[in-house]
Amino acid sequence: MINQQSSNRFFFNVDWVTILIYVALCTIGLINIYASIYNADESIAFNFSTNYGKQLIFILTGLILGFSILLLDGKFFSIFSPVIYGVTMLLLVVVLIVGRNVGGNQAWISLGSFRLQPSELAKFGTALLMARYISSFNAKLNTLRPILVAAAIVLLPMGLIMLQPDAGSMLVFLSFMFPLYREGLPGYLLIIFWGMVLLFILNLYLPQWVLITLILGLGALFIFVNKKKQQKMMMIGIITIAAIGYLFIANILFENVLQQHQRTRIELLLGLKTDPKGAGYNVNQSKIAIGSGQLTGRGFLEGTQTKYGYVPEQSTDFIFSTIGEEWGFVGCFVVIALFMFLLLRVINLAERQRSTFSRVYGYCVACIIFFHVFINVGMTIGIIPVIGIPLPFISYGGSSLWSFTVLLFIFLKLDSNRMGFI
Amino acid sequence: MDNLFNRKYIVQGLFIIAALILLGTLFYIQVASDKYFISAESNVLRKIYTYPARGVIFDRNEKPLAQNEAVYDLMVIPNQVKSFDTASLCRIIDIDMKRFKRNFNKAASQSRYQPSIFERQLSVQIYATLSEQLSRFPGFFVQSRTIRHYPDSVAAHFLGNIKEVSPTDIKKSEGYYRPGDYIGKSGVERSYEVSLRGERGIVNMMYDALNVPKGSYAEGRFDTAAVAGDQLISSLDLNLQKLGEELMRNKVGSIVAIEPATGEILSFVSSPGYDPNLMVGRNQGNNYMDLLKNPNRVFNIRPIQGYYSPGSAFKPLDALLGLQEGVIDPNTTFNCPGYFRVGNHTVKCEHVDGVIALRKGLARSCNTYACYVFQKLLTQRKYGNQHKAFDAWHKMVSKFGLGQKLDIDLPFERSGRLYDAAYYSGKYSKYWNYGTVISLAIGQGEMDATPLQIANIMAIIANRGYYIKPHLVKAIGKNKVIKKEYVKKNYVDIDARHFEPVIDGMQDAVNAPWGTAILSRIDGIIMCGKTGTVQNPRGKDHSVFIGFAPRDNPKIAIAVIVENAGYGSTYAAPIASYIAERYLKGALPKNKLAQIEWMKKQVILPAPPKPKVKPKPAGKDSAATAVPLAGTAAKINGADKSNVTNKLTSNGNPSTSKPTSTK
Repeated sequence: MINQQSSNRFFFNVDWVTILIYVALCTIGLINIYASIYNADESIAFNFSTNYGKQLIFILTGLILGFSILLLDGKFFSIFSPVIYGVTMLLLVVVLIVGRNVGGNQAWISLGSFRLQPSELAKFGTALLMARYISSFNAKLNTLRPILVAAAIVLLPMGLIMLQPDAGSMLVFLSFMFPLYREGLPGYLLIIFWGMVLLFILNLYLPQWVLITLILGLGALFIFVNKKKQQKMMMIGIITIAAIGYLFIANILFENVLQQHQRTRIELLLGLKTDPKGAGYNVNQSKIAIGSGQLTGRGFLEGTQTKYGYVPEQSTDFIFSTIGEEWGFVGCFVVIALFMFLLLRVINLAERQRSTFSRVYGYCVACIIFFHVFINVGMTIGIIPVIGIPLPFISYGGSSLWSFTVLLFIFLKLDSNRMGFI
Repeated sequence: MDNLFNRKYIVQGLFIIAALILLGTLFYIQVASDKYFISAESNVLRKIYTYPARGVIFDRNEKPLAQNEAVYDLMVIPNQVKSFDTASLCRIIDIDMKRFKRNFNKAASQSRYQPSIFERQLSVQIYATLSEQLSRFPGFFVQSRTIRHYPDSVAAHFLGNIKEVSPTDIKKSEGYYRPGDYIGKSGVERSYEVSLRGERGIVNMMYDALNVPKGSYAEGRFDTAAVAGDQLISSLDLNLQKLGEELMRNKVGSIVAIEPATGEILSFVSSPGYDPNLMVGRNQGNNYMDLLKNPNRVFNIRPIQGYYSPGSAFKPLDALLGLQEGVIDPNTTFNCPGYFRVGNHTVKCEHVDGVIALRKGLARSCNTYACYVFQKLLTQRKYGNQHKAFDAWHKMVSKFGLGQKLDIDLPFERSGRLYDAAYYSGKYSKYWNYGTVISLAIGQGEMDATPLQIANIMAIIANRGYYIKPHLVKAIGKNKVIKKEYVKKNYVDIDARHFEPVIDGMQDAVNAPWGTAILSRIDGIIMCGKTGTVQNPRGKDHSVFIGFAPRDNPKIAIAVIVENAGYGSTYAAPIASYIAERYLKGALPKNKLAQIEWMKKQVILPAPPKPKVKPKPAGKDSAATAVPLAGTAAKINGADKSNVTNKLTSNGNPSTSKPTSTK
């Protein structure tokens, strides 16, 4: 499959700006992982057994992996996407059987000293199949059947991941909503969905009877405004009743389906509980660390909260607190700006694709990364509940780094091939 | 498709909005608010305090009364403790396994990662043994601290003691004290706490999330060193104090000696006393409880808290007021038939002196003479009525410091009792006159004074009309600062010339053959004084002597009260004369040594009062309570300061005078 001659041409077509941002983010991650595990008392000879050393290996192997992908033929992913999806789904099943339980989630498969997290792989597996499916019919995604099929492609991994249970990774799959929206999914479906999320949150804040009165009042108001238009009145009536019905379901969901620690996290975030020593400890310490960085930060290896281990899980999910403390607002701004630059660029690249497959896949890549960044940074500064998902390219961890690398580099490969698909 | 292409902008717009939300929040917590910065500092920074040595307290000749001695607290960091030979540690520091477990659990419950005190105040000897073997006990280390040591074991009431601060102390200090700090609880340690305590040092340390220290903050730029407390130079004379305490051993009462010219208190004895060293160290609590059992209330600071009728000691005031008001002159005579009668009150006199004038009246302590003067004072025409005259009298007497606190530099001083006319009018309506309160003429009745107040009256007479606030600390710190209030003369508004006739009488009391205290005459020195035998409603009369010496340019004014000892001339006067002679001559005359030894051996203790609060059932219990009484009585001011209970068995003789202790 590898064509040496054409690969040179493709290399020339690869978007090096994206690769540069990728390398920059990985380097920022490496520096901050080093700072997170740095201990002034121990001499710091470089050591491959530390997280820092391991991450360097992950980055190097990740780069090899990435460039190997660039050497593959562009059609490979389109053709093999069902296989890749199938394999990742199989791994999600396997992990439920032989997986290692880490922190209450059965999310890891151990292969010797190496641990694999199938839910990370499932992201690009799903993205590929989604792209393949949508590109298979060249029309707007606004009829029931394709919407259901697309939903099924996403819901299968979500369901499997929920069995681990790993709510954080599961929620990331919501990001597929946006590529589908780009491909024609009706906007009101998104509005209904986020409306439901909003109601769910309000339901926790307000007593149920207040909320019901509020919905009924709003319904009555709208009916009154539209009293001449019978069809609209009907619609509003149905929506009102559905909303009230949903409230009851949401209550049952919250009480019975969510786990206690997830409930606590949501309640803490919404300010319904305060518990700086318990479940709120991570967030509180993370906010303190970030806040203490002030405008320019305390400087590399100077962050006291980081150095003295006040923020738990700092090299993985809470890596952003290291950046916040040691590099301050300036550092945070740079990191977020880099991500934004990457995301907007990927979207722009996606839009220049001639093939639907590449475009849909590009959107998937951007939206998955966006979700990770927004949720991860949001949780470290306390505007989103603690959902244990990594910060792409920056957080420590092989599975995460590799899967994001693969995710991104497949898109770069597709992009470099865009001419060949005319 | 065009319409779908526009959705790109919606998606991108969403990304940008999300990024702005994140950056906005970050801007708020990082730049706009410093709340998190402060939280981070308090996360990491701990102030570690280093404690200065308390100021040393000297006597007036700069011999130490209270010094500091190093003790060693055994500290433990529970999470660093590994398995070790617990029995051997227990043996070295002399505790049992039960206590070991209790201490360890207590420390572990405070913090597993931070050092807590495992066992307090180990002696130097234990420390020496322990430090050799400390490496066998991982997680344990020793921290040195200073505690008080009193080389001569004297002046416990004056010195007071130090204790760990209570929550109330912390609250009152508005955060200066922290739990575990020490504070002066009584005596000079309390009243001069601010000078004595010094300044704590502060080391800013950084700690990690597990409370493990990580070195000093900002290279110690904000650290301060501890500053030792100021020394105090007390007005007490160590030798005089020692002699006084020895003389008062096994007696109940007080000695207060003042240097009239300066108001400095030379001797401040409250008996029964105790060895101040008992209130320090590991057995402090037990010793305190033992001392509390003494029925004669060891912790009473009698010189400033004991209430006594001034008795005959008041008579010089009668004379002074009479002379100042012009109702008598030194030659005015009254006839003493052995009593003074007014209405149905009769005041008896010990003697039948016949016609008597001021000088002899005072020397013989004639009650009749005093009553006549009092009568004359209250029946003066210029006041219109006796009630007004009484108020004038009250005002003049108050100038001598009676009925009010003299504001000595010790806590817990009491004011004594002296009432004005309004009080009696309230009590008797308008139907009262000098006859109703005639007891006041002889210093009895509704009048109480502390020994300090009585001694201060002597200082006033010695000074011929003024006093300086009596005080116990004459200088503070290296620069020997003297408080301003201690140089101010407080005049009593009696002309100096009126003092001489009174002093004549007091001179005779000690030096003339008919004087009441002739036996306490000092060779070569004219001591002026006055004996008193103060009626005591609760038992035998108190023996009182007041006086000053020498007559001209007096160096010492003194009041001695021995409770339940009968006549003033038998106990109080000799004790006062020994003190005065020791002070004025610098040594005791050889011919009096035997008398002094005899005096030291006298046991004059009141029969223990029947327990008022909880009468315990007879049998074993009553015997048990009787024994510690004898024990503590024997130990008071004892030379052996080792142990209360040992003393009881080794030296039980003083208790023989008490019927209860023979059980």
